Amino acid sequence: MSATGMSPFLGGSASRELPGRAPDDAQVPSPERDRGIVASVLDAAGNARGSGYNFAYLDEGTKRMIRRAILKAIAVPGYQVPFASREMPMPYGWGTGGVQVTAAILGQSDVLKVIDQGADDTTNAVSIRRFFAKTSGVATTTRTTEATVIQTRHRIPETPLTEGQILVYQVPIPEPLRFLEPRETETRQLHALAEYGAMHVKLYEDISRHGHIATTYAYPVEVAGRYVMDPSPTPKFDNPKMDDCPALQLFGAGRERRIYAVPPYTRVRSLDFEDHPFRVQEFTQPCALCGARGHYLDEVVTDDSGGRMFICSDTDICETRVAEAAR
Amino acid sequence: MYVAVKGGEAAIDNAHRLLAEARRGDPAVPELSVAQIREQMALLVDRVMTEGSLYDPDLAALALKQARGDVVEAVFLVRAYRTTLPRFGASAPVDTGTMAVERRVSATFKDLPGGQVLGPTFDYTHRLVDFALAADTASEPAAEAEPRADAGTCPRVTDLLAQDGLIEASPPDDGAPVGDLTREPVDYPADRALRLQALARGDEGFVLGLAYSTQRGYGRTHPFVGEIRVGAVAVEFVPEELGFAVPLGRVRLTECQMVNQFKGSGAAAPQFTRGYGLSFGQSERKAMAMALVDRALRAEELGEPVASPAQDQEFVLAHCDSLQATGFVEHLKLPHYVDFQAELELVRRLRAEFERKTETVEMQEAAE
Repeated sequence: MSATGMSPFLGGSASRELPGRAPDDAQVPSPERDRGIVASVLDAAGNARGSGYNFAYLDEGTKRMIRRAILKAIAVPGYQVPFASREMPMPYGWGTGGVQVTAAILGQSDVLKVIDQGADDTTNAVSIRRFFAKTSGVATTTRTTEATVIQTRHRIPETPLTEGQILVYQVPIPEPLRFLEPRETETRQLHALAEYGAMHVKLYEDISRHGHIATTYAYPVEVAGRYVMDPSPTPKFDNPKMDDCPALQLFGAGRERRIYAVPPYTRVRSLDFEDHPFRVQEFTQPCALCGARGHYLDEVVTDDSGGRMFICSDTDICETRVAEAAR
Repeated sequence: MYVAVKGGEAAIDNAHRLLAEARRGDPAVPELSVAQIREQMALLVDRVMTEGSLYDPDLAALALKQARGDVVEAVFLVRAYRTTLPRFGASAPVDTGTMAVERRVSATFKDLPGGQVLGPTFDYTHRLVDFALAADTASEPAAEAEPRADAGTCPRVTDLLAQDGLIEASPPDDGAPVGDLTREPVDYPADRALRLQALARGDEGFVLGLAYSTQRGYGRTHPFVGEIRVGAVAVEFVPEELGFAVPLGRVRLTECQMVNQFKGSGAAAPQFTRGYGLSFGQSERKAMAMALVDRALRAEELGEPVASPAQDQEFVLAHCDSLQATGFVEHLKLPHYVDFQAELELVRRLRAEFERKTETVEMQEAAE
């Protein structure tokens, strides 16, 4: 492999000068300007190679830094690895951590699926999928079974994941203890000492006050018998899917600058008590579109007189079932 | 009947087109040029450069145009551009002692070498709307400064105080590489250089509010403005292959040196302490606020109790960045259907249990 053989897209930095900066020369035709960096980060016609950015946006040095953090995260399951999160062209809190993880692991032969709330067609999922389609040119899909990398916000697909797949979670607050202890210096020590008493007290207080554990999403889990981890704000319905999962699960928190991971086939246990075992949400009715039971459902308000219907939050499995039924 | 929400792609495209049209406004009104923004909205451009951590007036002006004048959005554009730029290295420290001073005021000495230079300031204007500005009238040309005997020498007030040992010495340059929070995640406790970087990038309004709180008793520092100076300084870089500094150009800076409450002990004579602020362009409010918060954040180092928000570095550093703050606040606009569904289910169950319990109690009471 030659020195520049790492990526055919290296060397884009030379063309990354801001073109056409002065308004005076705005009329001068320039192939540089045609790359459209001034008008938009991505040009409208844009294929990845013409975008003026490296493959999957991030430069190779940054990707290596992120990959090192990912490797460490895999080696210490559930441990939050600090990383030098970059400013991305989308806002913090909108998936910059997941986007950076995806950018660092994406290869040219990957097939990418992006979901938000379980759906491929929510606006933020569309936006992130487009971002990678344009900056990397990789194939995208809405089918869970076809994807090699799935970036998600708030859900785990209903279709069981398989070996070789990677699920990338967007994480807003990676620290499960943050709302019990706001200080990083403190929570770091609590993790180091595996001192998770405060979390159990919180869950116990829920039970004494409400009769139930009142945490319905971002429900804390213990990974590989050691670190307590925030599964990101997925409904606790999805927690059991994390346990012993054949796919690699990576978690990226851009604003908080943390990456953590659950390697394939790792024990992920939702915290609970012997007399108050962990339970997931149950829906009384099936999906109104595909008739599925045992899927997580979105409640849709159909009129202003109390009309409701419940449909699968996972649009891929719902559409697949509807199509199969029609055949 | 519910129709599955489809067409996110078309919606985004159309929203972007509408945004472009809204940005332009009434096409009958001439379009703003980047040069007009750079020249006539200069303080806004300075703020975007400061919080964007990139000295480039044209780029900041363009970002403001694209952002429809939204400061945080413009900072966002500049930062997202900056993060992709290759880094050749770090410049030599700029020497503000050799600044070509346009403005220099000290609140601690009536006169001093280099003099008091008022420069272009709003400070003593009466805030009366100048309706003449609505018509395009040429302003009166500025007066020419009388050359002073000591022109060219403008030592820093803190250096003058330091000669007599009245203020703590500036820590010597130990040659250690300076941290960069855009390249390494902050590891608390953060050193002063990193804190200053965070404050320089921090939102002006947030830093201002924190600074104000120290003046109202939440971490008092007894500050005096030793000096504020505004002007251009040379930026030099030492290429490894040359081994000596070559000038890259000049940047305009605002520097604020606060002189703060003294400390001393049986072992050390009393000395004033320092708070430091530095910003791009003319951003005095920011530089002063930064200096106040810098001093407040030194509480622990100086043996003062840490009890107020402005003294708490995790609180300040984790919340002063406008991009982080706006991103996370505004992400609440994104769909949260599945989490809300989970909460709905729980609240309904709890309400049902509550009603069952109430009914049982009522039935028991009726039976009794």
